[in-house]
Amino acid sequence: MTRRQRARAIRVAQYLILLAAAGAFAALADWGRIGDAFFDVDVIHDLFPEVITVALKNTVLYTLCAFAFGLLLGLVIALMRLSPVTAYRALATVYIEFFRGVPALLVLIGFGYGIPIALNTELPGGILGTITVALGLVAAAYMAETFRAGIQAVPRGQMEAARSLGMSHARAMVSIVIPQAFRIILPPLTNELILLTKDSSLVYLLGVTLPTRELAKFGRDSLNQYVSMTPILIAGLAYLLITVPLGYVVRRLEAQQAKAR
Amino acid sequence: MIEIRDLHKSFGELEVLKGIDLRVAQAEAVCVIGPSGSGKSTLLRCINLLETPSSGRVAIGDVEVTDPDVDIDAIRRRIGMVFQQFNLFPHLTVTENVTIAQRRVLRRDKAEAERVAAANLERVGLSDKSGAYPAQLSGGQQQRAAIARALAMGPELMLFDEPTSSLDPEIVGDVLAVMRGLAQDGMTMIVVTHEMNFAREVADRVVFMDGGVIVEQGAAEQVIDNPAHERTRKFLTRVLRPAAAELADLP
Repeated sequence: MTRRQRARAIRVAQYLILLAAAGAFAALADWGRIGDAFFDVDVIHDLFPEVITVALKNTVLYTLCAFAFGLLLGLVIALMRLSPVTAYRALATVYIEFFRGVPALLVLIGFGYGIPIALNTELPGGILGTITVALGLVAAAYMAETFRAGIQAVPRGQMEAARSLGMSHARAMVSIVIPQAFRIILPPLTNELILLTKDSSLVYLLGVTLPTRELAKFGRDSLNQYVSMTPILIAGLAYLLITVPLGYVVRRLEAQQAKAR
Repeated sequence: MIEIRDLHKSFGELEVLKGIDLRVAQAEAVCVIGPSGSGKSTLLRCINLLETPSSGRVAIGDVEVTDPDVDIDAIRRRIGMVFQQFNLFPHLTVTENVTIAQRRVLRRDKAEAERVAAANLERVGLSDKSGAYPAQLSGGQQQRAAIARALAMGPELMLFDEPTSSLDPEIVGDVLAVMRGLAQDGMTMIVVTHEMNFAREVADRVVFMDGGVIVEQGAAEQVIDNPAHERTRKFLTRVLRPAAAELADLP
């Protein structure tokens, strides 16, 4: 066999293995049961429009609020991490290590139940306020590290040029370094948004009511109500409705950056 | 106008400047030449405190730059600096590069800053590139934009740190022409350069540095064409006639 013939034979074999696996799955699966459990048209009909107007809307709302909070706090912590003041650097490091290391689930419970007990008051804004702060605190830890990497990726000469024009360090940061860092970190920041979209499902821990349910809780409630897997499938698809376009945006941004370089 | 006295600078164990004394008069153009690692760039960067001197004193006019209580941002406004790597702001257009410090530092309004920018872009021959981003410009155009950015602040002194060293040979001339024009207009400037022809033609004085000290200085024709020191002679031979250099001459 020549080298080309061998390569061809290997490729054909790979396709055959894939076909065999797909054929085995199709033959062994009980399609009637799968159809009833996952694609119950009556159930799908019942889920609309609430799956969009309540569940999807709340997922997006919780995610965006937590993201915005995390973004601001993350930037502050990143600047603390890069500060010449040792105490700020230490505080930022402790913050990042803590909130990156502790599961978001525990943080959410801490804020949902711990704060009311400890301070005898609830966070303002109810469910939305609590999830914004709790998930935002966790997201800020990750985003701070992203911001720091982005700021450090801006060439030193940029800061030097800005300073040589008479800008203060703070002014040079705001006008020159941070805008450039932001472009560098847009792709990883969008990934963070995708992760946060899924973490917003943790809100069920706070005991949500009908109008404050988001996708995951909505899917589980409906699963119990209809005794069907269909709502889970629909909820999953609704998540993809958010995350797949975001993934597309990330790839576009990365391609753009590769071109600009 | 500038007075540097007994300037020392160390990076850790390494002493880069070992006692520099230099005076530059108003409207004088001084070229600093010397092998790489001789401390030329560090000297330049100590003048506007991009590097903090280890000891010694730098004064510009009657303001002592090395005074720890001095407002360094206010001093840097009076000193333009041009870098080897241009360091234009890539996220801003050419005009925005030239206006941002005018607006944020000098607090000029938009119209005034843009008027000054247009005048300085014309001076460096870039009027037609005002809306372009740095990545769309050639190296020579980027460097001329960087010069316009520094000039727009109305500096009393310009520092050039190897402004043509990262340019293709055929576009070096454009940048040098702009600098020649500045010198003729009476700008006080200190230029770190390897362009001996430029130094010979434009410099009022040439300073040769080696090993962190000023070895000799004087008129261009004296230092470049008739150097007094052996180190200067060896350096100039290597720069002016690189093909003639012998391996034995290498440091």
